[in-house]
Amino acid sequence: YVSFLWSYTKKCVIIILSLNVMFLYSASQIQTVTLIPGDGIGPEISTAVMEIFDAAKAPIQWEERNVTAIQGPGGKWMIPPDAKESMDRNKIGLKGPLKTPIAAGHPSMNLLLRKTFDLYANVRPCVSIEGYKTPYTDVDLVTIRENTEGEYSGIEHLIVDGVVQSIKLITEQASQRIAEYAFEYARNNQRASVTAVHKANIMRMSDGLFLRKCREAAEKHKDVKFTEMYLDTVCLNMVQDPTQFDVLVMPNLYGDILSDLCAGLIGGLGVTPSGNIGANGVAIFESVHGTAPDIAGKDMANPTALLLSAVMMLRHMGLHGHAKKIETACFDIIRDKKVLTKDLGGNSKCSEFTKAICQRVRDLD
Amino acid sequence: LRVFSVVLHTVTLIPGDGIGPELANHVCELFRFCCVPVDFEVVNVDSSMDSEEDINNAIMAIRRNGVALKGNIETNHNLPPSYKSRNNLLRTTLDLYANVMHCQSLPGVRTRHRNIDVMIIRENTEGEYSSLEHESVPGVVECLKIITKTKSLRIADYAFRTARAKGRGRVTAVHKANIMKLGDGLFLECCKEVASGYPDITFDSMIVDNTTMQLVSRPQQFDVMVMPNLYGNVVSNVCAGLVGGPGLVPGANYGEDYAVFETGTRNTGKSIANQNTANPTAMLLASCLLLDHLRLHAYARMIRRAILSTVTETRLHTADLGGQGSTSEVVRSVMKAVQSTGPLTLSI
Repeated sequence: YVSFLWSYTKKCVIIILSLNVMFLYSASQIQTVTLIPGDGIGPEISTAVMEIFDAAKAPIQWEERNVTAIQGPGGKWMIPPDAKESMDRNKIGLKGPLKTPIAAGHPSMNLLLRKTFDLYANVRPCVSIEGYKTPYTDVDLVTIRENTEGEYSGIEHLIVDGVVQSIKLITEQASQRIAEYAFEYARNNQRASVTAVHKANIMRMSDGLFLRKCREAAEKHKDVKFTEMYLDTVCLNMVQDPTQFDVLVMPNLYGDILSDLCAGLIGGLGVTPSGNIGANGVAIFESVHGTAPDIAGKDMANPTALLLSAVMMLRHMGLHGHAKKIETACFDIIRDKKVLTKDLGGNSKCSEFTKAICQRVRDLD
Repeated sequence: LRVFSVVLHTVTLIPGDGIGPELANHVCELFRFCCVPVDFEVVNVDSSMDSEEDINNAIMAIRRNGVALKGNIETNHNLPPSYKSRNNLLRTTLDLYANVMHCQSLPGVRTRHRNIDVMIIRENTEGEYSSLEHESVPGVVECLKIITKTKSLRIADYAFRTARAKGRGRVTAVHKANIMKLGDGLFLECCKEVASGYPDITFDSMIVDNTTMQLVSRPQQFDVMVMPNLYGNVVSNVCAGLVGGPGLVPGANYGEDYAVFETGTRNTGKSIANQNTANPTAMLLASCLLLDHLRLHAYARMIRRAILSTVTETRLHTADLGGQGSTSEVVRSVMKAVQSTGPLTLSI
């Protein structure tokens, strides 16, 4: 009896010790994240996010990098090697808006980033923000857009004078990858259904291939409901009743249009988060609004979009507690309507808005 | 002794699938009641048939009559690419290059946005709907989007001419020329070129994703919009949804020599077919556009007025508008409203 009691006690002690170690391990595990402040209002909203994360005591360490395009040997445009190295090491990144100079001779920075890290999935959760009224309430959907091919292949030819051919590329590989990601996302985020958006009645082969891959992925994820809907029907229904939609997966162009349409439903790009998932575990979260050069440096910017993208990042990293705390603080301040930036209908400064959120975060502790 | 001669117009009628046949019947019923001098030549298109004989017959009939009223023909998108969309075949063969949809807020229909009055002019024959696809390498499909200077100039000119004719002050070109620099770039250039010939009309442009965002927040800012085929599909469906849904908005397809009228969003409505619940408004308004095209303006005005007074009556709203009215109730009400306008129905 004594030996039984002793082995039982040993087992309990081991369990308790290991639990403590796990707790201490996760609590003190600081993760480094690559931060790309960006251009225009980028630096000030990045500072705002860093302040709020600090107030929330999030276990995040920021590694700032710049991504101006440079020309490598052989004339190929690329992002600076230290930025690439940082992202490859940290895997997780947060990015502010980057300007796309016209006629600079190099492709857009966003395109370069996409190609460098094979950011194949653009994920945009669109949730109505209580306290920021739009004609649409109760929006809660996610658009998952294939981000590497489709209509944005960049392949265009002038066939003869006055006749242009733009090529939309759909491959089995990319379609399979995005379809599987969509179902995995649905499963990991407790979403009930995935809808494939297409126009296979007109683009039989290309969208047909995309649809087939979605159906195959659906077979492997029977726990998630799968439906198909024409792009036009989605648009028609979306503006009448967006609550009928859950997760939407689609090729590049439809994704571009629909994700912006959905952002419009909840209040625009100033309040919409976005994440880009790449190969090899890389994930870059970003605000999708522009650089707003007219208000840059004037402490007028609204950091909500970047902040919500950072919250999305925390969830991706499993830090749900901190994510919830920061998100709640942000929504509370918006709902209170006492301190709001100009685009949200108030006349407070960015720094005041940020301080209010920081205070609320501390109060929530 | 005065002799009245009546010109009897023969119009091709393609019932289509889903709710098409029942709505086509209601149009015939209404026209008979109003003594409209239109004789419908019904041409059925069996979408389950592999051969294109049916659609070719329909096209021949439209060539003969010059004008048609049509329901949507279903496309089974699981069939191989050799089976082309019958609707698209009809549009491209007859070169119905301009698809026009006028989306207006209607009194009596509750929507989130008010005072919408947008005219969407969509290039209807090329762009992404060129049906040119091939699998160059297994697992890699290329789909060609064709933009030509001729067709872009043509649709832009149509847009500006229409804007001027209807007294509308602004045309907005919708595009994605920042990404599709050559294709949409060409489209935009053509619009700019045509715009220079209409100095009385303001011309601007907007990227398609921003356009949809603007439409759901402030649709009142738009007047006339012109765009290539696919964006037209997206924008017209968004606008139709904003003013109350697919049951309300008629659509018109115009070519140099032919015109085909249908519901604006081209739905077959398979799930509600033969249940007497479909909203006939869009199809009935399409038949008014048909009457205007045939210069039977008095009939068009009379019927349109009756339809609009009926749609204001919330008690008669069909399910799509949140009501419980039936299709036949709506049609009966339109007929009653027409009758109450006086002796015009009984003349001729």
